[in-house]
Amino acid sequence: MNQPVLRVEGLRVAYDHPLGLVRAVDDVSFSLTPHERFGLAGESGSGKSTMALAILRMIRPPGHIDGGEVWLEDTRLLSLSDDAMRRLRLAGIALVPQGSMNALNPVLRIRAQIADALDDHGTSLPKRDFEKRVRELLHDVGLPPEVADMYPHELSGGMKQRACIAIAICLRPKVIIADEPTSALDVVVQRQVMATLARVQQELGAAVVLIGHDMGLMAQFVDRLGVMYAGRLVEIAPIGQIITAPRHPYTQMLIASLPSLESKGTMQGIPGLAPLLRELPSGCAFHPRCPRAVARCSAERPELRDIAAGAQAACHLA
Amino acid sequence: MQLAYIARRFAVFLLIVWLAATLNFFLPKLSGQDPVRAKLLQSAQLGGYVHAGLEDMVKEYDKRFGLDKPLWQQYLTYLRDTSRLDFNYSIANYPRTVREMVAEAVPWTVGLLGITTLLSFAIGTLLGALLAWPGAPRWMRWLMPPLWALHAIPFFLLGLILTYLLAFQIPLLPIFGGYTAGAIPSLSIGFVWDVVSHALLPALSIVLVATGGWALGMRGMMVTTMGEDYVTFAEAKGLSSSTIFLRYCLRNAILPQTTALALALGQILSGAVLVEVIFGYPGIGALLFQAIRENDYFLIQGIVFTVIVALGLATLILDVMYPWLDPRISYRRA
Amino acid sequence: MLGYLRRNVSLSIGILLLSLLALFIAIGSLTVDTDLARPLSVRALQPPSWDNLFGTDRQGRDLLAAMVAGTPLTLKIGFIAGFLGVGIGTVLAFIAGYYRGLTDTVIRGIADIGLTVPGLLVLIIIAVSVRGGLTVNEMALVVASLAWLNPTRTIRAQVLTLRERGYVEVARLNGMSGPEIILREMMPNLLPYLAATLVNAVSAAILASVGLEVLGLGPLESPTLGMTLYWINFNAAILNGWWWWWVAPTVIILIVFLGLFFLTVGLDEIANPRLRQAA
Repeated sequence: MNQPVLRVEGLRVAYDHPLGLVRAVDDVSFSLTPHERFGLAGESGSGKSTMALAILRMIRPPGHIDGGEVWLEDTRLLSLSDDAMRRLRLAGIALVPQGSMNALNPVLRIRAQIADALDDHGTSLPKRDFEKRVRELLHDVGLPPEVADMYPHELSGGMKQRACIAIAICLRPKVIIADEPTSALDVVVQRQVMATLARVQQELGAAVVLIGHDMGLMAQFVDRLGVMYAGRLVEIAPIGQIITAPRHPYTQMLIASLPSLESKGTMQGIPGLAPLLRELPSGCAFHPRCPRAVARCSAERPELRDIAAGAQAACHLA
Repeated sequence: MQLAYIARRFAVFLLIVWLAATLNFFLPKLSGQDPVRAKLLQSAQLGGYVHAGLEDMVKEYDKRFGLDKPLWQQYLTYLRDTSRLDFNYSIANYPRTVREMVAEAVPWTVGLLGITTLLSFAIGTLLGALLAWPGAPRWMRWLMPPLWALHAIPFFLLGLILTYLLAFQIPLLPIFGGYTAGAIPSLSIGFVWDVVSHALLPALSIVLVATGGWALGMRGMMVTTMGEDYVTFAEAKGLSSSTIFLRYCLRNAILPQTTALALALGQILSGAVLVEVIFGYPGIGALLFQAIRENDYFLIQGIVFTVIVALGLATLILDVMYPWLDPRISYRRA
Repeated sequence: MLGYLRRNVSLSIGILLLSLLALFIAIGSLTVDTDLARPLSVRALQPPSWDNLFGTDRQGRDLLAAMVAGTPLTLKIGFIAGFLGVGIGTVLAFIAGYYRGLTDTVIRGIADIGLTVPGLLVLIIIAVSVRGGLTVNEMALVVASLAWLNPTRTIRAQVLTLRERGYVEVARLNGMSGPEIILREMMPNLLPYLAATLVNAVSAAILASVGLEVLGLGPLESPTLGMTLYWINFNAAILNGWWWWWVAPTVIILIVFLGLFFLTVGLDEIANPRLRQAA
């Protein structure tokens, strides 16, 4: 077994709220081996995007990390100085932002936005080498070299997202966190962007954390999937297992909500609403929406436990 | 494309100038009154005498404008004169010409208000940006309340208090005029200091009040900008906080501020009235105020025309510069 | 309520300052003979004493009486102009923002052009051309003639964003009429914003009126705060060392503007809670 490249152990993120502490991420642990593609799925508000920011130590007040560890190989991220952590972003762990985000500075050309990244990591290049590097990066993500001279508003949504990927890989990071990289893009462009991501990941040999709620996309892209609900991981398993035999009732409902060829017209949503993090139900946070809930579910919180080789679930009934 | 854009902006500027000139010509015609004769009549009624120059002026006026000629010919003559910046004589100060008086006053106003406006913009914008920045030194937070308070105070009140402190309590600065009466204008150090010291009191009151306004506006824009996705992504890129501050936050937050600056610069000539009247400063504002009080029709016309040209010019410069500041603009319009 | 005031410090400061002012006017008008605010009613140029708490000016007016009589006049100008401005502005903004189309283009065009014209200049020209001096009410109307421009523009922008909200859409689909939607769905949501705009407009109107008065274009017969400032300037009271003449009006004007300013900031906070996080 490979030494894991990224390890998250018991990570907690809390937000100060006038009515008390709100826990957005609670006791989440997982690890990535090099080259692995790991998915984090869940509804909006389940804490998956907060996870991305927490790993990068970018939670802004009133939020803060209040427990756990994050390791990048042998580096303990939470004990790094602010400046060391800054240098590690992009160079060690890079973020590919949400597709719906205006992640590129509207007043700088793409070239300048790549240059900023190189300069601030002490890897400025002489002009000619730099131009060559920009062309390579753009080529890697399937963009023509002229894009370097363009401003973000001159690019389409898919091109912007590729430009973001080009920036993300410019320092050859070990881990790429892609937070819903294809949201707000149309399906064809989605595929192209995901293919680009897959290709650069292979070339770099980086591990990827793909965050999203699109189970179809997950099924196509990741090796292993973690499912989050109300800030906690409720199931982790290899993607094949999770798609064919999900253990947690929530995962089962997520999978059932996928449109498939066999079950035309019987698409199912998940009844009920995601709970407010401020007033979580007792016991298993999912029990009010769970069709199979029993008395124990509202009294005792199920911990994540091994249920099969490489698969874990947090459910009394699994 | 760039050139066409600039040409189009320039055409708009010329249009504004032409409209202003045309209004200046036709509005008094519409009222059916002859400003020069009205003024003549008025001073005859008031003082019971007609001062000698006035008769000459009326003759000169009739001849030059050819009042017997058709309207369109008068209009063309007027346009020709205006394009030569010839606005006729000042009625109240005959035989001085309006051009002469305006040309004398403009440098004072531009000097005092131009410099103070740019200065308060620079200080205020930087302060405002830092006030919104979490990485700024802690003591800066203490600047907020006084900045707010100064911004809320009318500037003439601050001028009053400063006059008391700096001209009466500690007789440090002169309070009236642009330079000591009787001093001979020259480029000597003595005269320059005389001019500067006369400008300090009004300048200080303007800067203190205006800085707060710029700072508040900038702080608001910075807070909005810091919430933008590209700032989050910039942080995820591991950029240093000075790069994020300057190139990602400030650079974007300053855009609306520059629009406001151009407008503020354009309004200088007219906004000068209060400052200059209170401090007896010999600029265009004081001149306009005096012209209005004396019903000096040509002088008012000349100043209003100058003010509108200044506004148009400021807008033109902004329009030409803006695509360079914000690449999205030229794209949208070109 | 008290708990909220403790959190919204700006609002509390604003209310406190303006209450102090109201108290001063109330007690003053009950105990002070405002006839003494007329010229030649007391000995001229006396520093503060038990007989004349704030001293007297060069024309022989008791300054305490002048303040008690003048402060409400200045506030009155501000309130009339401010209310008229926001009232007209709100109506125009709703018409423009809700019905869009040609009406909107015309209203917005007029407001935008009006705003680029230097306001004080127009006011000066109006004030000068009214022969024989203005009364306090005329003064208010002169200021109001431009006071509607800014509210029209800002409220229109708010209406435009509200218009796209879901509940307005729902109301429209439910067949509610335009005026009904404006009054029942949009108005309540805009109230805090309108309040902040109103306070702002009152403050701007007072600023404009005092500015005109300082130039000597105000109601010469009335002891408004701005006219008092004009006489102070006219008589060079500062350089003559008559400190009591300008201290009282300065302090009162400071309280007026700071009070209104903090009130606006506080109301803004109610209208736009997100600002609070930034503070």
